[in-house]
Amino acid sequence: MERECKNLAEVGRRQFLKGSVAVAGAATATVSTQTAAAPRAPGVEYPVVRLANLADLVVDQPLRIRYPDRRSPGALIKLGVPAEGGVGPDGDVVAFSTMCPHQGIPLNYVAADKTLNCFSHYSRFDCEKAGFQIWGHATQNLTQFRLRVDDAGEIFAEGMDDLIFGRLSNVLDV
Amino acid sequence: MAYKREIDRLPIPPADAKVTSAVCHYCIVGCGYKVYSWDINRQGGTDPATNAFGADLAVQQRVETPNWFAPAMYNVVKQDGRDVHLVLKPDHDCVVNAGLGSIRGARQGELSYSEVTGTQAQRLKDPLVWRYSGLHPTSWDDALDLVAEVTRRVVEDQGEDGLLVSAFDHGGAGGGYENTWATGKLYFESMKVRNIRIHNRPAYNSEVHGSRDMGVGELNNCYEDAQLADTIVCIGANPLEAQTNYFLNHWIPNLRGSTLEKKQAELPDEPHDRARIIFVDPRWTVSINASVIEAGRDRVLHLPIKSGTDLALFNALTTVIADQGWVDHAFIAAHTAGYDEMLQANRTTPEQAATITGLSPEQIRTAAAWIAEPKAGGKRRRTMIVYEKGLIWGNDNYRTNQALVNIALATGNIGRAGGGCVRMGGHQEGYVRPSDAHIGRPAPYVDQLIIQGKGGVHHIWACDHFKTTLNATEFRNAYKRRTDLVKYAVESVPYADRARLIDAIMGAIRQGGLFSVNVDIVPTKIGAHSHVVLPAATSGEMNLTSMNGERRMRLTERYMDPPGRALPDCLIVARLAQKLEESWRRAGKPEIADRFKGYDWQTEEDAFMDGFHRHANGGEHVTYERLRAAGTNGFQEPAVGVEDGRIVGTKRLYSDGRFGTADGRARFAASPWRGLEAAGKEQERDRFPYLINNGRANHVWQSIYLDQASDFVMDRWPYPFLEINPADMAELGVKAGDIVEIFNDNGATQAMVYPTPTARRKETFMLFAYPTGVQGNVVSAGVNELIIPNYKQTWGNIRKLADAPEATRHLTFKSKDYRVA
Repeated sequence: MERECKNLAEVGRRQFLKGSVAVAGAATATVSTQTAAAPRAPGVEYPVVRLANLADLVVDQPLRIRYPDRRSPGALIKLGVPAEGGVGPDGDVVAFSTMCPHQGIPLNYVAADKTLNCFSHYSRFDCEKAGFQIWGHATQNLTQFRLRVDDAGEIFAEGMDDLIFGRLSNVLDV
Repeated sequence: MAYKREIDRLPIPPADAKVTSAVCHYCIVGCGYKVYSWDINRQGGTDPATNAFGADLAVQQRVETPNWFAPAMYNVVKQDGRDVHLVLKPDHDCVVNAGLGSIRGARQGELSYSEVTGTQAQRLKDPLVWRYSGLHPTSWDDALDLVAEVTRRVVEDQGEDGLLVSAFDHGGAGGGYENTWATGKLYFESMKVRNIRIHNRPAYNSEVHGSRDMGVGELNNCYEDAQLADTIVCIGANPLEAQTNYFLNHWIPNLRGSTLEKKQAELPDEPHDRARIIFVDPRWTVSINASVIEAGRDRVLHLPIKSGTDLALFNALTTVIADQGWVDHAFIAAHTAGYDEMLQANRTTPEQAATITGLSPEQIRTAAAWIAEPKAGGKRRRTMIVYEKGLIWGNDNYRTNQALVNIALATGNIGRAGGGCVRMGGHQEGYVRPSDAHIGRPAPYVDQLIIQGKGGVHHIWACDHFKTTLNATEFRNAYKRRTDLVKYAVESVPYADRARLIDAIMGAIRQGGLFSVNVDIVPTKIGAHSHVVLPAATSGEMNLTSMNGERRMRLTERYMDPPGRALPDCLIVARLAQKLEESWRRAGKPEIADRFKGYDWQTEEDAFMDGFHRHANGGEHVTYERLRAAGTNGFQEPAVGVEDGRIVGTKRLYSDGRFGTADGRARFAASPWRGLEAAGKEQERDRFPYLINNGRANHVWQSIYLDQASDFVMDRWPYPFLEINPADMAELGVKAGDIVEIFNDNGATQAMVYPTPTARRKETFMLFAYPTGVQGNVVSAGVNELIIPNYKQTWGNIRKLADAPEATRHLTFKSKDYRVA
């Protein structure tokens, strides 16, 4: 276990060291992929977790989810309009980490403009634009979960596109 | 697609990682940071015994944890020639920021130069000289020899007025006590250069002469005062964006009421409540929005004045406060002079001020009451007054500044807990130089000298006037024309034939050419026209001392190597001075050569000891060793002694009632309203429909020179935003993200449309000093009587240039204001 941990950490570091070219490639892949996990450089192994069924979702009423484990809260949202990284027949189902990447403050969903907001420091993220920070203190845009929907409408999380707050590895139990 | 780093894990700092102190090198607030560095081949583990945080990193860390860092806080850098992991993480034990990191400071890691990750590849690494139609590397010796030779020849021809200088005068990156002292010693002691300007204004002057002339230094309180005030008055400042963690860590708690216990403990003999706050600003800002969220609408007063009319408002406030009997008579009698004369000269009724400012008389009376009406039991209200560029770079700077200080003095709010009348600040400060008295007042308007063809050589230290000066269109054109003359001359002879090269350069200078020398850490727009470019080190690549907005002085300890052959500015100065000495000696002028002695510094610490330690007020108490021990909390200047090895500082200035005048009495100032004072401003307002108000943004406040190479930032702001009312957009036929031209008689520039429903009709707000659209292009040459620029009162036309380009199509254009669910 000890050996594996060190190896994976080294892989993660190397992935970072590839710099902006590799990052841009991965980002492009995210946009175009809706039904399968995006092809990506070796990193941590993400679990596939069932979040809900499409039938459970109501527009602008986020479901609380946990991904990749129970200590990492997120929101699964049917936006009602197609969105970056959106899945489902309408391309409007998205999921984000709800720990603000600034200080980990829980983010609140504001349906009126489809944003996630930090009540403590006023940062705002656009759920229609892949978690783009509209204004705020975070040094990254909001981490979006990569989703897949199967034929029965089951929604699965299969990965994410940036580090989530409060852990130096997105998957902790490695 | 919003920019994502695709990072899913980061290396863990081992238990024995090296930990040093740093202060964020961007803005005035100077947040404390801890720097972790460790060998590239090692990392810690999740077990608490094996990592530098002593925490179990196998589990999710709590909200606001100190045991985490974001990808932007991390990098791989060189330390004494070896690759190391580097983490720059906000310091939870620093009283300034208490663990908060801004969107700027918390990216210091990523904004460091790295050969491994490729960040900041733009950094200058070698001395460069213009030869064969390009800037190409050369040795320090060759570059400085050329600079010294041309400089000496120009001074021989034209006297020292032929040497034009642009130089930083501040702390933080591109400054610091070490470097301001060095440049000051060169230009004010070895020489007596008059034609010198500061990085952000076209002359060598204070931005707050008005306050200083009254005996009131502009940084006179402490950040804790924001926690103790009954009322905060904020003029022309947007602290949530531009002094972020000062606002979040010190203002917001008072607005929320969470400092009541502290108020009660420190000031027990009076009633306390959570703060009220007044904003004087033509526009709605995120700071006002956050204040309303926290304090409630009934405790926030926004006074959206007509642009440039602050002075009339302040005089009316003083008049109401005086007429209500709310002034501090005892303070006025004991510590000031000129009150009666001031009141007589400035008397303005709320009705008169309402006509000028566009406010209602009632709003003005309410503001006066919030500032000065006594609390229950007749206790004096504690009011903290702050201001920044809305006033400093606004109409009639000198008088407006004084009219504001009048209010603070009349209400006894300087030198008192919960008070102060202070500028908010831009950079940190770090000024200690030999006297500049030879420059005189008003100081020469250096931009105009350049435009008029005066001078022959221009030394630039960490300035990019093409982005950050007024009348930028004309300035830029003149600069290109004059430096091109020298370029043609350089190319007319072989570069290595030094004698012919110098003769050719001097010939071009006599024809109106300008030889340009640019010292910076990154390529700049003005530097692209220079003939010599010298690479400097920045904070963290050298030891650097500065003080923040409450005069808190700290040392950022060197934690990495500068890129290539870059050097600290102070050591560049030393080498240049030695070259000038040699040049004058070769020229047979030993008496002039001797003036360039005294630069035998080997390290930045040597420059610090020569400068701050020997010359600053209280400097004799301050050494690197003592600052190292004081960590990110440092001490507040001036130092007054040392106890048990710790420097004893000064929490507030003037707490003894003695001000900075010969007799110790602060001076009230007559400052009557005189309309838009700078030449041409009234006419510009009458001729053009749109106010082109301008200022800063959270992402890039004091960091754009590095952010222009940041994927994260340039993804958000590929072009400067222009906040504009949607009804105006409809009238202009533009949509979100479209590129528009802003133009007037001064020039033209471009910006990206950002729909802003809170913007008043015909009142736009443009991001200032941006590399892809320079607001200064449309700012007139009009200045006040002391050569302070007036950026804010700018009017122009707007027209569409292009539909939203690819770079803006993926952006979000939603409101920047936080909303409650």
